[in-house]
Amino acid sequence: MTRIAARLGVTPRALVAGALLLAILLALPWFASSYIVSVMVLVLFAAYLGQAWNIMMGFAGLLSIGHALYVGLGAYTGAALFVHFSLPPWIGMVAGVPIAMLAGCIIGGLSFRFGVTGVYFALLTIAFAEFTRILFDHFGWIGGSSGLFLPVTNLAQNDLWHLRGSPAMFYYLMLALVAAALALTRFLLRRRIGFYWQAIREDPDAAEALGINTFRYKLAAVALSAGMTAIAGVIEAFYYNNLYPSTAFAIGRSVELMSAPIVGGLGTLFGPIFGAFVLTVLGESMTGLTAALHIDGIKQWFYGAVLLLIVALQPGGLWPWVAAWLGLADRKDAR
Amino acid sequence: MSAAPFLAVAGIAKRFRGLLAVDDVSFEVAEGRIVALIGPNGAGKTTIFNLIAGVYRPDRGRIALVGRDIAGLRPHQVCDAGIARTFQLVKPFGALSVEDNVLVGALKRNPAMAAARRTAREILARLGLAEKAQAPAASLTLAERKRLETARALATGPRLLLLDEVMAGLRPTEIDTMVATFRSLVRETGVTILLTEHVMRAVMALSDHVVVLHHGQKIADGVPEAVARDPRVLECYLGTHAPIAPGARG
Repeated sequence: MTRIAARLGVTPRALVAGALLLAILLALPWFASSYIVSVMVLVLFAAYLGQAWNIMMGFAGLLSIGHALYVGLGAYTGAALFVHFSLPPWIGMVAGVPIAMLAGCIIGGLSFRFGVTGVYFALLTIAFAEFTRILFDHFGWIGGSSGLFLPVTNLAQNDLWHLRGSPAMFYYLMLALVAAALALTRFLLRRRIGFYWQAIREDPDAAEALGINTFRYKLAAVALSAGMTAIAGVIEAFYYNNLYPSTAFAIGRSVELMSAPIVGGLGTLFGPIFGAFVLTVLGESMTGLTAALHIDGIKQWFYGAVLLLIVALQPGGLWPWVAAWLGLADRKDAR
Repeated sequence: MSAAPFLAVAGIAKRFRGLLAVDDVSFEVAEGRIVALIGPNGAGKTTIFNLIAGVYRPDRGRIALVGRDIAGLRPHQVCDAGIARTFQLVKPFGALSVEDNVLVGALKRNPAMAAARRTAREILARLGLAEKAQAPAASLTLAERKRLETARALATGPRLLLLDEVMAGLRPTEIDTMVATFRSLVRETGVTILLTEHVMRAVMALSDHVVVLHHGQKIADGVPEAVARDPRVLECYLGTHAPIAPGARG
């Protein structure tokens, strides 16, 4: 056990905790209600999108407030290819991921070439998302502002190839994606590219002086993040079966997507997952609570207040603090 | 030594809006030597560093490393060419450990992580930062941060090291330690050093050659002892026509 933990570079206690968590998550659809499973699908979507966004902001220090753009591009590509050509979502990903990566490289390339950094870069990401939203509103082939709908068929069993099936199927699919993203980000963060990203995040001038081609590495972060985000976009389209530019590319969607990694811990590996769990469960319990109390609109208010409290009390995010408290890691690498 | 000088700076100039920060400056640095670039504040020392390091492109002139023109390259390309620099206003990667800071530099010539870690540890030991290796860089004192700047630059395996006031703010004993460190570094690794420094104690003890700048122009160039006696140098440091008592001249 200790040897396996050492091989993986984690503490034995973290290994046990991780294995236990994985076992519970794998068995969840067998004992939990369909409501719990559908909430967990939301948790996993938020976790995965947070992981993807965290590559840019958490690792490379590039603030994107327009990440809904990549979700939307993936979703629309997958949905349009399905509706018009009956192509399965996996083909949709093969098309949607490069489209999102290209969009990211255009935004990143323009910004980094002309020295647009910090908040100005963030503003540019919003601008591109808004611009795309307006463009798609007037794009008739994919339904324009009245939306794009995927035909819903009631199948006797799950069809993974066409992503038609129960929430449990989506649950396992997203669980696999979150696990894969965790493994990938952990791998990258310990390689040269991960150290280079962190160096760029901490001080771009010093990074450049140490021989790092900051343009190239920043672009790599944007492309990877955008591509990963688009995968979730395609799956989301097939989960909800409807798409509107006004919601798919909304700035609110981008902000929502950022909150899990911020609350969980920017730049940490497990933070986005933990943050997604905390926020989604919090949001759902708020809904239940306000329904019981019959006070409309108090949900958002309470949600905002809790968010504010977390950010004020633990500006580094909840996960490093929780990980240290559970003794899962020495403080140094509580990630 | 090859026919081309190790570092040749020829007639470089840089203007910022109205201000001519560097005006037709030329000098050479021989391989394996320690050369100091000195002058009062605003003389153009850091601008020259930034021109060599690729932060700015010179308006005129040539900068060549062993015959290869490097003027106008981007900073990371200058580093690839074998020139590493420190920043006067230190720029540590605060959230990373001291060792990881140096590791980032070491990854330049050691793509393998294990080899890069070894290099980083060796350099930390050389700079006397081994005990702080696991501390976050943000926790270091200013003197330690200056050493970290040097360690990080050194880790990229440069042929020429540009040190921008790495001894400012150090105590005299610390300066002596740094001087000894740089001396042994040059002796053992053959690296060439071009430095700017306000601490004259360090300049005199360390440099083989001194270039003096004033208002963006070179006013003197020679061995430390000669430069220290140069009337134009004394003038710019002590003020115009410093009244030196006739009796004091002998």
